[in-house]
Amino acid sequence: MTELSIKTTTVSRADPTVWAQLFRRKLAMFGLGFIVLITLGAIFAPLIAPFAPDEQLFEGLTLQGAPMAPGGQFLFGTDLLGRDLFARVLYGARTSLIIGVVANGLALMIGTLIGVTAGYFRGWIGAVLMRFTDLMMAFPVLLLAICLAAIFQPSLWIVAMVIAFVNWVQTARVVYTETSALAEREFIAAEKTLGAGTLRILFRHILPHLVPMIIVWGTLGISTTVLLEATLSYLGVGVQPPTPSWGNIIFENQTYFQAAPWLVFIPGAMILLLALSFNLLGDALRDILDPTQRGMR
Amino acid sequence: MLAYLIRRLVQTALILVGVSFVTFLLLYVLPADPVRQIAGRSATAQTVENIRHQLGLDQPFIVQYANYFSGLVQGDFGRSYLQKTEVGALIASRLPATLLLMLGAIFCELLIGLTLGSIAAIKRGKWIDQLLMVFSFAAVSAPQFVVGLLALYIFAVKLGWFPIGGYGTFAHLVLPSLTLGIMGSGWYSRMMRSSMVDVLRADFIRTARAKGLTRWRVLGRHALPNAILPIIAMIGIDIGLFMSGIVVVESVFGWPGIGQLAWQAIQRVDIPIIMGVTMVSATAIVLGNLLADLITPFIDPRIKLR
Repeated sequence: MTELSIKTTTVSRADPTVWAQLFRRKLAMFGLGFIVLITLGAIFAPLIAPFAPDEQLFEGLTLQGAPMAPGGQFLFGTDLLGRDLFARVLYGARTSLIIGVVANGLALMIGTLIGVTAGYFRGWIGAVLMRFTDLMMAFPVLLLAICLAAIFQPSLWIVAMVIAFVNWVQTARVVYTETSALAEREFIAAEKTLGAGTLRILFRHILPHLVPMIIVWGTLGISTTVLLEATLSYLGVGVQPPTPSWGNIIFENQTYFQAAPWLVFIPGAMILLLALSFNLLGDALRDILDPTQRGMR
Repeated sequence: MLAYLIRRLVQTALILVGVSFVTFLLLYVLPADPVRQIAGRSATAQTVENIRHQLGLDQPFIVQYANYFSGLVQGDFGRSYLQKTEVGALIASRLPATLLLMLGAIFCELLIGLTLGSIAAIKRGKWIDQLLMVFSFAAVSAPQFVVGLLALYIFAVKLGWFPIGGYGTFAHLVLPSLTLGIMGSGWYSRMMRSSMVDVLRADFIRTARAKGLTRWRVLGRHALPNAILPIIAMIGIDIGLFMSGIVVVESVFGWPGIGQLAWQAIQRVDIPIIMGVTMVSATAIVLGNLLADLITPFIDPRIKLR
């Protein structure tokens, strides 16, 4: 009896919490730090921003009507309409994060639902669902998203739904593989013999096993989502001005980018850094939570 | 092998039929009326009805799809609503530019990815390895339009090495290829690194060292070819990545390929062109995946096709 308890303590000591492991990885911590920074900036945007994001400032343009370069009164400079770029970038962070969380959450839900159903029930339901997933894999993702977003009148929520609709496929495939492997295991068979209902098995026994994987894919997926939103907005079929989004700031100002490169490269750097942060964090979580996927070290 | 090939080809064909049906359905139910686009704002109700009838858009969905599909299997993509030309001919005239761009991108991503991945594997654990892996993450996280605009700003506007946009000479090809290939180079450098790390641990490398070969000969003749092989199979899978990327990259650089064609068609609700480009892209994607699966057993005989 004592021996058993000693064993468990040594195991838990050798396997520190996820947070402790994460804390040791510099790159992941950089990612997490940047995500926290951007989130705080987005939440407290009205308090931080020195000007309103859509206010066309009189002193925001030079006498010749050109935008102001970064520095001085305007930290990030001003845009073609004399609006403060720092304020627009702060408010744009809201757009990116809302879409990142909503669209990706939706995609994860669809993907998990389809993956679990197909993996657990298999048979014709599984076959139909997985063939549909294969079909979605064959779609040129961006083309489909642009098409859908352009034809609907794009708004924040439409864009989120379009992204969710094209982005659930990866999750569904991974969850399917994992669930069908789990469904074969003895403890599931034991549950069935004990008379557990299907829902109980799915929610109490299958889903908890999938949680680490869903966390990993959820984190990595936000990066894809942020990029997709930025791309749609850059093409003018995403979030519509005057609501600022990092993509549509570039869309609005790109004709002038040779003279005012900061209007393209400041929001561009934000997109890159946010997507990079979620990728770094997700990769570290994958190493920590899912030892079988390790392979890069 | 033959049975496998036949089964996969049948599956591929079925997937393509599925893609054509889903796309057609989506474009049918979406709240965009191509007839309004053609007729213009001032058209009378009678004109609108006439055009709708001419295009067969007043028929039930199933009939419309059946008509489209029977054309598709004969290689007929229909006519563009607005340009009145054959969609097949339009795509054929744009396809060479896109293929050229993709070839350039494949060259760039392999060159950058394989080089950086090998260096990282050889210098495993050193600071240069860490730096290269940060680069690979950044390459994967970089929005292509920002990379494109940055490349334009530095190499075309400031340095003047390359033209700002357009099509025709080799100089025009460089920046768009680089932009389209940079994301893949991130993936390839990570895959190359892990592949190379595995190979460097293998017994035959130790044997090669033990028999006294120089470091460069071991790397060049024994490690590199074995590490590259599994990665070659991935090129087919890239096509999906490219098919998304071309819309953005062609739009940034004004490259006259099918990405631009599709983008313009989407803005004008020119459904036959949208359908055509989607079908061509989907075909390229599924064939790319099939090719990747078919090549694998030749590269690694331990893998059997089932």
